[in-house]
Amino acid sequence: MTTRVPIVENILNANDHLAEVNRARLDAAGVFSINIMASPGAGKTSLIEQTLPRLKERFRVAVVDGDIATSIDADRAAQAGADAAIQVNTGGDCHLDAVMLRGALEQLDLSRFELLIVENVGNLVCPASFKLGTHKSVLIASIPEGDDKPYKYPGMYRGVDALVVNKIDLLPYVPFRMEYFTHGVEVLNPGVNTFPLSAKTGEGMDAWLDWLTSQVKSKR
Amino acid sequence: MHELAVTQSILEISLRYANEAGAKQITGINLVIGEFASIVDDSVQFYWDTLAEGTIAQGAILHFERISGEMTCTNCKTVFHPKDTDFSCPNCSSLFVQITKGDEFRVDSIDVESLETQ
Repeated sequence: MTTRVPIVENILNANDHLAEVNRARLDAAGVFSINIMASPGAGKTSLIEQTLPRLKERFRVAVVDGDIATSIDADRAAQAGADAAIQVNTGGDCHLDAVMLRGALEQLDLSRFELLIVENVGNLVCPASFKLGTHKSVLIASIPEGDDKPYKYPGMYRGVDALVVNKIDLLPYVPFRMEYFTHGVEVLNPGVNTFPLSAKTGEGMDAWLDWLTSQVKSKR
Repeated sequence: MHELAVTQSILEISLRYANEAGAKQITGINLVIGEFASIVDDSVQFYWDTLAEGTIAQGAILHFERISGEMTCTNCKTVFHPKDTDFSCPNCSSLFVQITKGDEFRVDSIDVESLETQ
């Protein structure tokens, strides 16, 4: 006899549950955390490199870097002044998940930090589906990627709390319709905090740093 | 999406519930997947055939119930299906729209053969 067993459980429930455990751990230590996502080459590590020295006077910052291989990014973060930098090699996986972040948190004495920056694997698809337990999600878009990305990767654009538009210094050289881009963002994520900036020239960095600072402060 | 991780999760959930129900064999898995939850059916079935081997879920058929995407205009309350890159309201052209259907991503039920039938 065949019977039907009702379930109604979200497929990524196990990961979601573990993400809540990570969140509770960060909350208990009073650490504010962000999950930075972007396509490869959008400037995740560059933004972190430019952010760290500017926050040095304000907070102690830990960085967790997710990559398929190498410790290049964690090395760059440490060089830029991170108080701790942990590299997580996903061994081929295209995103970080809650299990991987848990492993990284175990290597950190969280009581020593006010801010945790998690740099996800460069990818505009999978990271959007795997919650880590971080407090806010930040997406970095960059001008050379093109203005159609919100339309092509709606899942990523919908779920984030802040959007950095990096490499604005390249606007004069690259065909990029800002109105078309903004329209797509507005539809998917109306009113999202948006920070156009150039990690290279430093233009626009202040607004980003102010937002980040206010988020960390509201946590303490 | 990440079909391997997704398939592992579906298997874990299915085996857990089948075990609780005292099932001896899982014959079908009923999934509800929204249009905006991108996942490739064939890939999941492909991984399934490998991952489920040697478990009571071996040979189970995966049924995908697709939920069509739906948006609702927060301005005039019009409900519509978005076309490609145009998400604006077809009635009042407002951009303030919300996704009201199409996010579903869950295991709805499993079909099992119980031990009692032996």
